[in-house]
Amino acid sequence: MSYVSDVGALARKDLLLELRARDTLPAMLLFVAAVFVIFHFALPGTPSRLETTGFLWVAILFTALLGLGRAFVPEREQGTMDGLVLAPCDRSAIWLAKSLATLAFLAAAELVALPLYALFFHHVTGAMVLAVVLADLGICAVGTFLGAMAVVTRARDLLLPLLFLPLAIPIVVGAVGASVAHAPGKYLAFLALYDALFAVVCWGSFEFVVSE
Amino acid sequence: MRAPGATIGNVGLLRRIPLGALALASLVLVTTALIFAFYVAPNDANQGFSQRIFYFHVSIAFTAYVCFACGAWKALRHLWKRDPRADLESYVCVHQGIIFGAMVLITGSIWAKMSWGRWWVWSEDELVLFLVLYLFYCAYFMLRFSVDPGPQRANLSAVYALFGVVLVPVSFMAIRLAKELYHPRVFTLKGPNFGGWILVTYLVAQAAILVLAYTLYRIEIAGKRLDLRLRELREVLA
Repeated sequence: MSYVSDVGALARKDLLLELRARDTLPAMLLFVAAVFVIFHFALPGTPSRLETTGFLWVAILFTALLGLGRAFVPEREQGTMDGLVLAPCDRSAIWLAKSLATLAFLAAAELVALPLYALFFHHVTGAMVLAVVLADLGICAVGTFLGAMAVVTRARDLLLPLLFLPLAIPIVVGAVGASVAHAPGKYLAFLALYDALFAVVCWGSFEFVVSE
Repeated sequence: MRAPGATIGNVGLLRRIPLGALALASLVLVTTALIFAFYVAPNDANQGFSQRIFYFHVSIAFTAYVCFACGAWKALRHLWKRDPRADLESYVCVHQGIIFGAMVLITGSIWAKMSWGRWWVWSEDELVLFLVLYLFYCAYFMLRFSVDPGPQRANLSAVYALFGVVLVPVSFMAIRLAKELYHPRVFTLKGPNFGGWILVTYLVAQAAILVLAYTLYRIEIAGKRLDLRLRELREVLA
């Protein structure tokens, strides 16, 4: 029970900080809207649903990267990372809480992005929404983990996309497949498998990322 | 200084083989494999002469997987047993893996050009998987070289190397799924008659590339250890 309350407290802290400072979410919203406009001009003529679905997933991935890049930066800049590591809780709770907070930001951004996509391009199906939910879990679990790794390096923001994109390729395959295939079940199951596998690996090895 | 616990089992036996003997063995084996591949193995019925690149392409790919797996194993040893030499060994394994991985992409590309007239085909699962892995392990180097040497670098590298073990099967599944979506046609390269001289040639080539990889690994690790030792001595003298 105390693990859950630790995670809850840590996640609440991040959400509260975002509510007060508002640095991440408005940036993500503006970014995704701008990317859609860019896509309209990057795709001459009337793009098919297949094409715009692919672009939607590129937009989601890059918007997520924007949020993930910010996840651990304040902790580093304000020197609160040491405090978190020294706190009397399991270290994996830090990762879980950060992932949940990032998930909340990403979900909020998508609540705007998906209707915007429907308005600008093509309709959104139920399978697409399910794919978004499952893909978000994977993106946030893996991305937050890699964000914690990237923030301790010299390259910082530069490194996160390099670490994250190769690992995100299976997510893109599952998500695009679920969005366009006639029978999306297989792709959704694959996304769920990805989420479960990587969540376990991240949960088990986060300790080594923050401790020396 | 050699930790007593690390020399048990097969790895310890392998380590006792002198480097000169290994180098000689890889020279002999690679030459034999070349002779077998070009003069002994029969021409393939469908693909003709160009199919002979198979012997090297497949054995290099297998060797690269072995290197990545060893890298992950050493990474696990570092995290689990705190083996002080595992970090360097893991790095060298991944480094060898990336060298052989580059060769997989090059030989695969040549084979694709010969078979299908294009330098790159997205329908070839193994090749696409290697591209994904290649990107992943290139990022490993970026990560490693942007952290100062020390326990933190060792930990981060080890964790990332372990991610590779999960990524390989997941990516393979993903590529299979993607192919159903984009390329419904399935190519198969294995002919019905994978036996006789073809099998012998493949096994010789496989052994040759594995021994070559191990020799390169030993050379690199000896160099890296010497470098570290030299640096320590310089610090003591300074």
